Amino acid sequence: MAFFEVKNLSISFGGLKALDDISFEIKKGEIYAIIGPNGAGKTTLFNCINGIYKPNKGRILFKDRNIRGKKPDKVAKMGIARTFQNIELFNNMNAMENIMIGRHLHMATGLFRGAFLWGKNSFAGKEETSHRKKVEEIIDLLDLQSARNKFVGGLPYGTQKQIELARALALEPELLLLDEPCAGMNAEEKQDMIFWVKDIQDELGITILLIEHDMTMVMDISDRILALNFGKTITEGTPQEVQKHPEVLRAYLGEDDGECAA
Amino acid sequence: MDMKRDYYEDVQFFTSGAITFWLSTLVIGLTLFPFVAKNYYVYVANYMAINVIVVIGLNLLVGYTGQISMGHAGFFAIGAYGTVALMTHAHFPFLLALPVAGLIAAGFGFLLGLPALRLEGPYLAIATLGFGITITQIIGKIKILGERQGLHAPELTIGPWHLNTDRDFYFLLIPITIFLAVLARNLVHTKVGRAFIAIRDADIAAETMGVNLTFYKTLAFAVSAFYAGVGGGLYAFVLRFIEPELFSLFMSVMFLTMAVVGGLGSMMGPIAGASLLALLDLQLRNILGIPYIGEWLEALSRNYFSITGVSNIQMIVFGSILIAIMLFEPLGIYGIWIRTKKYWKMWPY
Ligand SMILES: Nc1ncnc2c1ncn2[C@@H]1O[C@H](COP(=O)(O)OP(=O)(O)OP(=O)(O)O)[C@@H](O)[C@H]1O
Ligand SMILES: [Mg+2]
Repeated sequence: MAFFEVKNLSISFGGLKALDDISFEIKKGEIYAIIGPNGAGKTTLFNCINGIYKPNKGRILFKDRNIRGKKPDKVAKMGIARTFQNIELFNNMNAMENIMIGRHLHMATGLFRGAFLWGKNSFAGKEETSHRKKVEEIIDLLDLQSARNKFVGGLPYGTQKQIELARALALEPELLLLDEPCAGMNAEEKQDMIFWVKDIQDELGITILLIEHDMTMVMDISDRILALNFGKTITEGTPQEVQKHPEVLRAYLGEDDGECAA
Repeated sequence: MDMKRDYYEDVQFFTSGAITFWLSTLVIGLTLFPFVAKNYYVYVANYMAINVIVVIGLNLLVGYTGQISMGHAGFFAIGAYGTVALMTHAHFPFLLALPVAGLIAAGFGFLLGLPALRLEGPYLAIATLGFGITITQIIGKIKILGERQGLHAPELTIGPWHLNTDRDFYFLLIPITIFLAVLARNLVHTKVGRAFIAIRDADIAAETMGVNLTFYKTLAFAVSAFYAGVGGGLYAFVLRFIEPELFSLFMSVMFLTMAVVGGLGSMMGPIAGASLLALLDLQLRNILGIPYIGEWLEALSRNYFSITGVSNIQMIVFGSILIAIMLFEPLGIYGIWIRTKKYWKMWPY
């Protein structure tokens, strides 16, 4: 049994085959990267896993359970969290509250116990306190102290990306989907992000599925790589194998649009 | 100076000495008010408090969850009729009839929330508007609800306490209003409220974090309808007589206006917006009574602004005030509040 497995997955939008018969497997604890030029279908694949899109064909198995067709919140409940290519934060909340949404599934306060937040020792009071403590650990881990009480809408782009990562971590997922975590970051922020992604794998034991255009990062940290183009698999394998593949060189690395270059 | 943080600080009510001071002042002021004010103004205060209750609930839906409702007069009517009918026909005591009627309104809110899941923006506005209009039509056809003739509210007694005057009712209504405001405030600071805001700000992200959209969107409708229902039940005893025409589309629009003018997505907003506009609504009816200016305004509006020759000056003034607020402070009264808050936050310490 595989930890996570995609089998013959296809989805089309109108006439466009965004994903065409994609299959791959991820082992527990590895960093698995997906590369490919713009429009290859990488984000679409995430959206299928997440349940945002409904694939036309194929299966998505997580710990031997089919999650294809499940709603996003059910997928989250099974232990899959993600970040977004175009930041999707809750702009009118501060960083702490954004990350607290990651704790949503771990909290039991409902309508009544929430409304009757009568002090520290009420159920809601205790629960809020303990989960905020947990979030604070994540804030410390990702160096987000300065953003803690600020509305996220006005924060720098790199910080927002970090908060997205923090929010996903707060869910305590087993599988973490990262959609271009380094996009738009400066060199220093990139270094930090690479460090954290490795840390999340090593220290927290979370399996990572990563989309990234930055080839140095991908080659550096991935255990295995899947290369896509026009919705089809070009090749799959270790960084060394994939790097040598002629079609990858042509379709991806050759097409130097600045962002793709290493 | 790495102190251990007290996380309860983030959610606690009395965040600073200043807030405790101001809230105590408010409570003392509210307690003394009916003893110093004329009876009419106690009635005005009651009218304002009821609007505050409804708009707090409406704001949970519109301001926090990002769903619109133009049919809250419908829930208000259900609460009003429900409370009166439960008391006269089922002989419920008032303090039981009121929350039960609120729950009935919440049930309708839940049902309206279901189709609302598929609708957004203007489409949801029209659907809720349809609901608001339909409900009063249906109520007007039901015999035990008095049909077109309406219903009289029964005598109001709570144990040995007979509430005969506006002043008596004030001492029931204000604690209920404060209680409901505190509940709503607590709600938005805990899990459910955070889920509401998350849905409003980025629904897809909220869903991928495990927030069940169906559940929380319908829950927001139900909670919001509960507040409107309770407000309606109380309103029946302010007026002592209810009829279907009271719960018009205009009333729904008015609630929504109060929420927007106050400032969506805040706790102070609905309180300020509902109080101010409810007050204006009542006071502008007296505009013609102002010496000199009243007559002049009436002549002006009859001669120049009115198509039918009837004075509509109160509407014109009301509309102008709304435009002015939205123009100068798009965040509503709450926007003015947060800017001035800094000044008196530390006062008197
Ligand atoms: N909801 C949608 N409706 C129609 N077409 C879509 C939709 N989502 C994706 N597509 C199309 O599917 C293709 C793959 O898009 P996708 O966003 O997955 O690319 P990507 O590999 O993530 O590219 P990038 O590197 O630019 O992020 C594109 O041609 C895109 O236009
Ligand atoms: Mg993409």
